[in-house]
Amino acid sequence: MANEMTGADMLIQALTDLGVEVVFGYPGGAVLPIYDALFRQPEGRRAIRHILVRQEGGAVHAAEGYARATGKPGVVLVTSGPGATNAVTGIADAMMDSIPLVIITGQVPTALIGTDAFQECDTIGITRHCTKHNYLVKDPAKLGDVVHEAFHIATSGRPGPVVIDLPKDVQVASAPYRRPTATTTHKSYRPQIKADPAAVETAVEMLAAAERPVFYTGGGIINSGPGAAQMLRELQRLTGAPVTSTLMGLGAFPASHPAWLGMLGMHGTYEANLAMSEADLIVNLGARFDDRVTGRLDAFAPRARKIHVDIDRSSINKNVRVELGLVGDVGRVMEDMVRLWKARQYPAQDLTPWFARLDEWRAKKSLGFPSSATEIMPQHAIRRLWEATKHRAPIITTEVGQHQMWAAQHFGFEAPNKWLTSGGLGTMGYGLPAAIGAQIGFPDALVIDIAGEASIQMNIQEMATATQYRLPVKVFILNNEYMGMVRQWQDLTYAGRHSQSYSDSLPDFVKLAEAYGWGGIRIERPDELDDGIEAMLRADGPVMVDCRVAKLANCFPMIPSGAAHTEMILHANEVSGEMDDEAKALV
Amino acid sequence: MHIRPEAAERHTLAVTVDNEAGILARIAGMFSARGYNIESLTVADVTEDASVSRITIVTSGAPATIEQIIAQLDRLVPVHRVVDLTDTGPHVAREMALVKVAGTGDHRIEALRLAEVYRARVVDATTASFIFEVTGGPEKIDKFTELMREVGLVEVARTGVAAIARGKDPL
Repeated sequence: MANEMTGADMLIQALTDLGVEVVFGYPGGAVLPIYDALFRQPEGRRAIRHILVRQEGGAVHAAEGYARATGKPGVVLVTSGPGATNAVTGIADAMMDSIPLVIITGQVPTALIGTDAFQECDTIGITRHCTKHNYLVKDPAKLGDVVHEAFHIATSGRPGPVVIDLPKDVQVASAPYRRPTATTTHKSYRPQIKADPAAVETAVEMLAAAERPVFYTGGGIINSGPGAAQMLRELQRLTGAPVTSTLMGLGAFPASHPAWLGMLGMHGTYEANLAMSEADLIVNLGARFDDRVTGRLDAFAPRARKIHVDIDRSSINKNVRVELGLVGDVGRVMEDMVRLWKARQYPAQDLTPWFARLDEWRAKKSLGFPSSATEIMPQHAIRRLWEATKHRAPIITTEVGQHQMWAAQHFGFEAPNKWLTSGGLGTMGYGLPAAIGAQIGFPDALVIDIAGEASIQMNIQEMATATQYRLPVKVFILNNEYMGMVRQWQDLTYAGRHSQSYSDSLPDFVKLAEAYGWGGIRIERPDELDDGIEAMLRADGPVMVDCRVAKLANCFPMIPSGAAHTEMILHANEVSGEMDDEAKALV
Repeated sequence: MHIRPEAAERHTLAVTVDNEAGILARIAGMFSARGYNIESLTVADVTEDASVSRITIVTSGAPATIEQIIAQLDRLVPVHRVVDLTDTGPHVAREMALVKVAGTGDHRIEALRLAEVYRARVVDATTASFIFEVTGGPEKIDKFTELMREVGLVEVARTGVAAIARGKDPL
């Protein structure tokens, strides 16, 4: 047949047809035919660029960063066995945070599957419950369709990771490839995009009648696209309701807006959590009532009726029972709500009494922190970093822990896709590779990984990737020589018994940076902070900043695990020391 | 709002899925990963071209859990439809059991007599044993095996429940 090609060539052809520009990967025995096909690509504008990482886990996080920053699916190529298992953490991370990825894993030849062959593992079995879907392709004639279908599933509905496991003999065998037509519909997978009009009408009526409404927004708005963030602003303008957001939704609504309450939840602001607790209507837009947000479920938002908009039907009534659930794309649903609100000519409500109460709570200044003349307070460092960079609309990635929460609290985001963090799985080591992926997507953007000295070491090998591709990523380490969030929980729950939560034998980060061909800067005293940040921003290439911060600072405000929104700890001196077994058993 | 703990209800779900490798692992794994119960699960392809399988799952849980199970099943890519037969109206649920009874004398006669009452067929017989084939709702099978226990039951194999809604309309 004229258009017959090998499985490997077919994969590259399908990826090219799908508009894939970049693949993050690491070669190995079971993907050699694919790497050869990549090598043989005709040079030119449409050739797929391969970014060679230093560990497969880094490839997946880089693809996540690329996807979150650009809105396009991230593509990963790794070998069988350890290549696939190393990728699993990132795949689970993408599943939890609804990041569209397509991961191609090599597999031993079909005849060897099940024989415990060299570098064999049951990739499909291992990834079945941490992917949105996965495929083992045994017939090269089906490969083209599978690749196209995988991208459709990864990017539509609630996005997520899709694994294609490709045995080596299928990569070598030949079959005809045909480009699928646009009208091909999947036989069982049809995500609901438009919500039931009657439910939209009820939602708008509830909103128009509310005296103390609040919008509780989440990562679904980011996933829906920039149009959804615009629609949120429009809906807020019409209704006047205040807005809070989950960790994943930061940037969907501008932090400089007067109706912005800050993040909610465990490390959210006092005003955001009290607003949830006192509201008479909560409109959940693309969030999922996660346990970090709700706190103790039986005390969550006791006075509010709840509306939940989610593209994933299983999210509705999963953790919190709601009065009204709308299944659909949150951007489209908000568009319908805006249209109906305008058609009905509802007046903007008088929310003055509600905002007066919000202002009382704001006056608590829950993000306040003690200042120090001798030590750099980590919160202060983030605020200075924000002040120095906000005019450049930087893309911020983080690792996981105290620095992540401080960044969420003290860095203001004005636009979506600028905040890349591991929310659901909470994966230390996410930030550096995610920054690399974001920088690949936006070569001219300022990309900063706000890190901790413990997290950064979990994928520190990716510094070489940044060096190789001349990516000017900045890594800003808040170095307190502790796994700070673990230590904070030990302070709160275990009377300060700091079991294994310290960072010993740290590398000299400045020398390490230099060894990788990066710039290295150390900031030790408060009066060095601004100059250090300035030097980091001036550098053309990648820079690692070792910012020594107050060692024992803890992240407040905080709702202890299993507590209600009204039981926030605002300051360190309110910490009691030891908790009962019930509290210890909670995450 | 409070969610009160609710009593577990038994529900029979009919699920149509793509007949593809690994589908059973996908379904069963979702149940175990999320801590749901499976009381019985049966699967077989039901279309002419063998492309679609029908799975009958008997599960139990509070109403909110059942609702969540249905939503989680529906979310799986190869799942076509999930119908809660318990909710949609009257349905017929049947299973088949093979019951081996060993014994002599009075026990043997009593076993045969009970089998007749339960319309169980003898599908194998030796001078010291019978195998009965019995069909019916799960309660009937339970009752039959319970009775057989008293007259020399040695082994039971059950198929699990197949269920279908009453009336002329298809799923």
